[in-house]
Amino acid sequence: MNAITIKNLKKIYATGIEALKGINLDVKEGDFCALLGANGAGKTTVIGILTGLVIKSSGEVKVFDYDIDIRHTAARKMIGVVPQEMNFNMFEKVKDIVINQAGYFGIRRSVAEKDCEQILKELQLWDKRDTASRQLSGGMKRRLMIARALINHPKILILDEPTAGVDVELRHSMWEYLRKINQQGTTILLTTHYLEEVEQMCRHAAFIKNGEIFAYDSVKRLIKQIDMETYVVHVEKISGLNQLAHYNVIALDEHTFEAEITKGAKLNDFILKVGKAGMIVTDLRPKGNRMEKLFLNILKQ
Amino acid sequence: MNFSEKLIAYSTIVRKEVHRFMRIWTQTILPPAITQSLYFLIFGKFIGSQLRDIGGVSYMAFIVPGLVMMTVINNSFSNVASSFFSSKFQRSIEELLVSPLTNVIIVAGYITGGLLRGIICGVVVFCVSMFFIHPTVMYPGLILIFMILASIVFALGGLLNAIYAKSFDEIGIFPMFILLPLTYLGGVFYSIHTLPVFWQTVSKINPILYLVNGFRFGFYGISDVSINVSIAMLITFIIVLVFLNLYLLNKGTGLKS
Repeated sequence: MNAITIKNLKKIYATGIEALKGINLDVKEGDFCALLGANGAGKTTVIGILTGLVIKSSGEVKVFDYDIDIRHTAARKMIGVVPQEMNFNMFEKVKDIVINQAGYFGIRRSVAEKDCEQILKELQLWDKRDTASRQLSGGMKRRLMIARALINHPKILILDEPTAGVDVELRHSMWEYLRKINQQGTTILLTTHYLEEVEQMCRHAAFIKNGEIFAYDSVKRLIKQIDMETYVVHVEKISGLNQLAHYNVIALDEHTFEAEITKGAKLNDFILKVGKAGMIVTDLRPKGNRMEKLFLNILKQ
Repeated sequence: MNFSEKLIAYSTIVRKEVHRFMRIWTQTILPPAITQSLYFLIFGKFIGSQLRDIGGVSYMAFIVPGLVMMTVINNSFSNVASSFFSSKFQRSIEELLVSPLTNVIIVAGYITGGLLRGIICGVVVFCVSMFFIHPTVMYPGLILIFMILASIVFALGGLLNAIYAKSFDEIGIFPMFILLPLTYLGGVFYSIHTLPVFWQTVSKINPILYLVNGFRFGFYGISDVSINVSIAMLITFIIVLVFLNLYLLNKGTGLKS
């Protein structure tokens, strides 16, 4: 069953900007899907329409078969949303923000209080439950938005750049948490600029550019499209780099350079050529930014 | 959402609203008590003692209903206007917009918040007036009806203002340039019978005149205008403003792009 069905979705803003030019997207139940694109590509507009913050110009959007125009109440009950920007009352306490959100979904206060305690504990915010939200750190505010989005036990969690501006440690703990709730059955749709995030967590990814989706496939299949892999090569001292020009080498410092090697090519041949150029390899590792490469390739097309 | 869920959602908004204005009671409940005490002291006690009775009641007693009604109007309006606009400004209004709440519940919740603040402030000011005079209460039921209807009308007005407003300045324009003059010229401090006939006719265009006089009728049984007309006007305003607010919310004016 599709968790999200989008057909020929168009959005023209009052300013005349055509943000979406008729996109189609099906996200299967239980999937972990990424929506990728440059700034202004239309990602946030898609999320806005799904969550009721943006009015679509035309097209059809269904959430678990509930049309957002006809059965909007049922559709919204299925969704939890973590927006890009902080959007809670800065003067309210952490606990009140989460419990009130449950109230808006018609959840009894006694039930909401128990659920709130559990979610805040899982997100390590329980100690801050009586703190005004404005006093939280940036990372805590992000976690609070996740806690608020989960209080109605959504079947779909939509996150708009959830790890933007978050430090590495917190980013990894958020990935771990999102993976966990996805394994428990929650469908996740996220937008992100961290392509490593997509490679690490997502099963499917859709690339959106100028309001159109032009690539949508499993992350594994998308990565297979890349015919080159970038390696970071450490040597005792760089010399004769011009002899390796066909590997598109870029010197990073006196001991390190990057080289692009065709997929399936023998690494041994490459190392021999590096040796012939007069360098001694001390370390060699893939750069691990394959999605970034793919993203840039697709954007160029 | 079933009825029980709707009731929970509605009571959540009301609870949040009451919690908000009670948390900042020094900015919401205390100022009207102090301001109106000064009115009672200066206009009622010092100046009023030198004036003759109006319609058989002392000047101090005459201004009490007007000042209470002025408090109800200002507070119910400003509560909804500032709370809703502040939610828009901080974008916490999105918490409501992404939920399954209907616009009817959103309007009902915010209006109840404004109504409660209007009535609480009105009762506080009435209690303050007891330090200066013991006003007669002829029709308590009518007083309550006028307080409730007036609060609802101006809370709806506050919501309309907040939906359209793009900055905090725009929240202040209506109360300052429209509401305040209409209130002062709405018979709070005088009977329109003291005016020349032409200005009596002009005054009757002012909707607040009907509120103040209807409310005063509940205390002393005296009014410059018909009570039935006052109630009919209030109900008409409520119906028009409810539909207007719902129409704008359904359209997403000021909230959705």
